[in-house]
Amino acid sequence: MSGTISIRNLRKYYGAYEALRGIDLEIERGEVVCVIGPSGSGKSTLIRCINRLEDFEAESEIRVDGTPVIPGRSLAKVRAEVGMVFQGFNLFPHLSVRENVMLAPRRVRGTTRAEAAVQADRLLARVGITEQADKYPEHLSGGQQQRVAIARALAMEPQVLLFDEPTSALDPEMVGEVLDVMKSLAGTGVTMIVVTHEMGFARQVADRVIFMDAGEIIETGSPEQVLGQPQEARTRNFLSAVLNH
Amino acid sequence: MDFFDTFLNLAVLQRSLPMLLQGLWLTLQLGAASIVAGLIVGLIVAMLRMYAVAPVRIAMRMYIDVLRSIPLLVLLIVIYYALPFLGLRLSSFASALAALTLVSGAYTAEIFRAGIEAIPKGQFEAASALGLSPQRTMTDVVLPQAVRIVIPPLTNNSINVVKDTALASVVAMPDLLKQATQMQALTANPSPLIGAAILYIAFLWPLVLLVSYLERRFNSGRRV
Repeated sequence: MSGTISIRNLRKYYGAYEALRGIDLEIERGEVVCVIGPSGSGKSTLIRCINRLEDFEAESEIRVDGTPVIPGRSLAKVRAEVGMVFQGFNLFPHLSVRENVMLAPRRVRGTTRAEAAVQADRLLARVGITEQADKYPEHLSGGQQQRVAIARALAMEPQVLLFDEPTSALDPEMVGEVLDVMKSLAGTGVTMIVVTHEMGFARQVADRVIFMDAGEIIETGSPEQVLGQPQEARTRNFLSAVLNH
Repeated sequence: MDFFDTFLNLAVLQRSLPMLLQGLWLTLQLGAASIVAGLIVGLIVAMLRMYAVAPVRIAMRMYIDVLRSIPLLVLLIVIYYALPFLGLRLSSFASALAALTLVSGAYTAEIFRAGIEAIPKGQFEAASALGLSPQRTMTDVVLPQAVRIVIPPLTNNSINVVKDTALASVVAMPDLLKQATQMQALTANPSPLIGAAILYIAFLWPLVLLVSYLERRFNSGRRV
């Protein structure tokens, strides 16, 4: 059990359009990586390939803890170890908040209902949603829903957490509460890959920042390097557009 | 003869009531069996239509389209009068059950498909990302949400199935309508037909009201 990710020559086409143009990336256990870049740069597609929500070319290879991300048994193993938080939360509307968190441990791990409930309440306390456990998602604010989604991902005790623009659909006043939960997860040993437009979060929390454009990694390094002294013109243009609006 | 003697002749109605009730019982049995079988066929066909390998998907699509195009009466007569030439002789009840199930299954499959396709892609993705198998995703995440969407159209379809059971009288099944026409002949008075109409309405009107209620309720909020 570790949480390393190895990506070699990752290519992805939408018809004739090449969304990912041969990405190579090694991520260590417990590392927090923020992926930034303009929309359409392929950053969401990149992390959606890691648990194969997006198919990729046969010549490409992704391994999570050495397990290849290929359809079948090994994909099931990878998905059980890789949690994901979506831009649109994607909570299950027919289940209560607690049941949302309990579902995967019960159905995938075979945890008993009682154990899963105890675990769910512990995780909901960790993300600050103790009071709402019996409510349904539609009665929660966006920030609360996203924190439940994080608890739901944590319930599978993942080695890797993927965040796909987790704060982009939130009202501004709710961004902070979600980022705070994410900060509290950094440094706990779980590998985090965060696609985000929150440069402040990237600067404070990331071990490494990756700037992508047009399906390629343009620049990678510490937050100080990439956000402070970007070497590439495209990175500088993007950062000045994001930071001076 | 005045209107009441002709159409609502109480003496005739009273005399035919036992026969009508026997017919009603058979109609309800046929209706219930066809509805349940149609639901099972429909769910299986919908799954195959959406997720099976290409040849099976095409076959299911053809089944759905053909069975929705053929008049039920024609299908029933083919099953009852033509299949014996192939050595398959079904009773009138079995013929009617088969015809109603085949047609109801085709409509039900389309209702289920529409319900499943109404579930946002993000629900499938969230379930997959959590490691749920495709089967678990269906039973624990998608179908519970889809059922809320499909209950009003399914109830509507069920009403149609019960009404269509009257066609079984053509293949000599002693259902409600058949009993009524027989009593009409026997008494030389159409009151039994009116009695049958009243019995159909008595059973189906509440269902019609239920559909309206469900539609209002499901439209007013996403969750029950």
